[in-house]
Amino acid sequence: MAHTAEAHGDNYLNHEKGLWSWMTTVDHKRIGLMYLASVCFFFFLGGIFALIIRLNLMHSGHPVVDANTYNKLMTYHGAIMVFLVIIPAIPASIGNFVLPMMLGAKDVAFPKLNLASYYIYLAGATFACLALFLGGADTGWTFYTPYSIRTGGGVILVIFGAFVAGFSSILTGLNFIVTIQKLRAPGLTWNRLPLLLWALYATSIIQVLATPVLAITLVLLIFEHVFKVGIFDPALGGDPVLFQHFFWFYSHPAVYIMILPAMGVISEIIPVFSRKPIFGYRAIALASFGIALVAFIVWGHHLFVSGQSELANFVFSLLTMFVAIPTGVKVFSWVGTMYKGSIRFNAPMLYALGFIELFTIGGLTGVFLATLAIDVHLTDTYFVIAHFHYVMVGGTIMGFVGGMHYWFPKVTGKLYNETVAMWAFISIIIGFNLTFFPQFIAGTEGMPRRYWSQLPEFDLWNTLSTVGSWFLLLGFLMVAWNMIKSAKSGPAAGDNPWRALTLEWQSKSPPPHDNFGPTTPTVTHWPYEYKGANV
Amino acid sequence: MNSVMSKAYGKAAWGLPLQGSDVAVTWDHLYWFLFWLSVFFFILVVGGMIYFAIVYRKKEGRKTKYIVDHHALEAFWTIIPTILLMAIFGWGWSVYKKQIHAPTDAMEIRVIGKQWLWTFQYDDGRTEASKLVVPLGKPIKLIMTSQDVIHSFFIPNFRVKQDVVPGMYTSVWFEPKVAGEHQVFCTEYCGTSHSGMLAKVEVLEPEQYELWKAGKPYQVTGVKTPSSDLLAAAQSSARLANAKLPLPDQGAKLVQAKGCTACHSIDGSAKIGPSYKGIFGHEQELLDGTKVTVDENYIRESIQKPQAKVVKGFNPVMPPYTKDMIGEEDMNAIVAYIKSLN
Repeated sequence: MAHTAEAHGDNYLNHEKGLWSWMTTVDHKRIGLMYLASVCFFFFLGGIFALIIRLNLMHSGHPVVDANTYNKLMTYHGAIMVFLVIIPAIPASIGNFVLPMMLGAKDVAFPKLNLASYYIYLAGATFACLALFLGGADTGWTFYTPYSIRTGGGVILVIFGAFVAGFSSILTGLNFIVTIQKLRAPGLTWNRLPLLLWALYATSIIQVLATPVLAITLVLLIFEHVFKVGIFDPALGGDPVLFQHFFWFYSHPAVYIMILPAMGVISEIIPVFSRKPIFGYRAIALASFGIALVAFIVWGHHLFVSGQSELANFVFSLLTMFVAIPTGVKVFSWVGTMYKGSIRFNAPMLYALGFIELFTIGGLTGVFLATLAIDVHLTDTYFVIAHFHYVMVGGTIMGFVGGMHYWFPKVTGKLYNETVAMWAFISIIIGFNLTFFPQFIAGTEGMPRRYWSQLPEFDLWNTLSTVGSWFLLLGFLMVAWNMIKSAKSGPAAGDNPWRALTLEWQSKSPPPHDNFGPTTPTVTHWPYEYKGANV
Repeated sequence: MNSVMSKAYGKAAWGLPLQGSDVAVTWDHLYWFLFWLSVFFFILVVGGMIYFAIVYRKKEGRKTKYIVDHHALEAFWTIIPTILLMAIFGWGWSVYKKQIHAPTDAMEIRVIGKQWLWTFQYDDGRTEASKLVVPLGKPIKLIMTSQDVIHSFFIPNFRVKQDVVPGMYTSVWFEPKVAGEHQVFCTEYCGTSHSGMLAKVEVLEPEQYELWKAGKPYQVTGVKTPSSDLLAAAQSSARLANAKLPLPDQGAKLVQAKGCTACHSIDGSAKIGPSYKGIFGHEQELLDGTKVTVDENYIRESIQKPQAKVVKGFNPVMPPYTKDMIGEEDMNAIVAYIKSLN
């Protein structure tokens, strides 16, 4: 049936119809889209919390919410953005859609497990959001003990939600590793593997190895909370700093779960829009694994003023410096790829350029924080807030939105509106820098993070920051409008509007249910062979 | 010996707090090195990117060059950053050692953090709340612990910060070279009034310090934090004995200064503790079900021994305020103020 229907435009979107067919689908493309919808929903929810936070801090002495509400908002903003948006954003949505197609496979290795992962993610999100109505949580997304043990409300539910969502992450990672290992098309050797897949492979390894540590930590926390067993609370004989070690043993590698896939997306976009091979393919692929390896041995840099030993600080500061080396290699290679290219400024490329600008600032300020003495003054101030927003939003979200534009024609078969996309990008890049750059200054001047009200001396920077957040809102609304409108009524895109060489573009747009029809694609060259007719 | 302020101190370079100590001066050198190095690399990368984007923009008939890699270049941009990063690490470590190792002759003061107040205990038994009084030019070592959750003691002007952890002692030190007031922040999230958990270091000229030690009126000269007005109540009202203010007004300033209003509202709304409004002379039901009428003695007892009679519906979380922390004159002013809120 599928074969005859294919001639009449059968694709994964109309292969089966109805809500039930989506809810029970094991098609990686549909699951990717369901993740995408969920991630975007939570991104807007977390974004609304951020906007209220910014309004509250716009001018000292004019709060819009009371302190307890503020503390819950900042907790929810952080927890939602980290656990429900940035961690799954690229791997689970874009990755799910693109990974099997880039491999020339019909699906991931374990399609049913893939669907299960999605429902586990939803269950975790539901638990976390239930807590909103059951007293909320005011611990910050880091759940530091003993505060998190003593405060009331729905803390346990939020923690349980993060615990459950973690399994989704583990299972997706496992699925991706097996898929990349076993389901590569004939001729797709390791040396021809697209860089996004190298990045997703490295990410998956971290997901599988590090997430269980978070799970154990959260279980211990729930145990202590419910049964009053002394683990982290000194009042019960526990050690509060132990929690910080456990927490960051996961959450630092998690930072690379968040950024590596975005680096993979950028590595795909830049060669396509420069019409040139990626510069330093092996170095970029290796750098992904270098970053993944170092990720596991630098968690202590979150604890420089926690009371951990001088020797530990020495070692962690030294090791942290090594993060900058592979990261630098990637950034230099992307810029090098543009050299003597023929550059097109379509929206994906704009986001890639935006990524490089913001991520460079994020990376350089990371060196400040890795430097022991400097960190002592800057840690827990707005400098840290600015730094990780530059990396996580300027990096991951830029890569995510860039990737959304890049694969939009593949996913929908339509073209988005390039003019709207450009203005949205301009609004986002101005808004982002206006929101977060002043926070570096507020931070070096001493403004601490997680403050419901600031001293008046920090007002200028906070007002600028709040105004910037409105530009961000405007930009992201334009992106959403553009995506929705173009998916409905955009012009037909053709199968490969960017003339890209990776396998997913060699299929139809939108792809058929089984990705490539009855034939299995064969790979004869690496995916960055931009020469001759390919330029 | 150091009472004369050196010209190197007291300045606030753009974007940085003022330099209140030698460590701050040393710290700033490293900071500006990193700052300009970052500017250099930013221009190199982003400038290069913009340059390429303009020069190599799409043009009809433009042929791109098939470049796959360049080993010498890649080795260069791996090795040079590695050397730079190791140098930065070493510099950071050497400044860090100065930051955390107090001289052996440092004067020790004990610090207790509690939600949401800093208290300071001196060797001679005197205590201060929200205000750390120290002599100019003497190294000071703070030995700190927390009564409840984790806090963090941060003095931007001295470029030092240390978490204050329940169940253990941590320490931080500084040698103030600038007389006046220096802001203290709590920088580890600790709940409702985390952003209100402020304090000030008062660095006094030696003769003023002796006056403070003797319990006499003294003057703070020198720098003020830009937020002096906001904290004026907190700091100057600690000794209101000579103030020519009506007693309830003195009390109003004191409850601000001592951080009481973080937990007790004055408008009838319940916060962490009961509101002050409309309680005086009225009966309150206690945790054990008995009732008590709020009078002068009840208020006094509830300040000095907060756990003795806890009002129903609230948790017994308030720290006790000893006679050293709230003297008799101040106590009278606070009682008068609460009485006035009926």
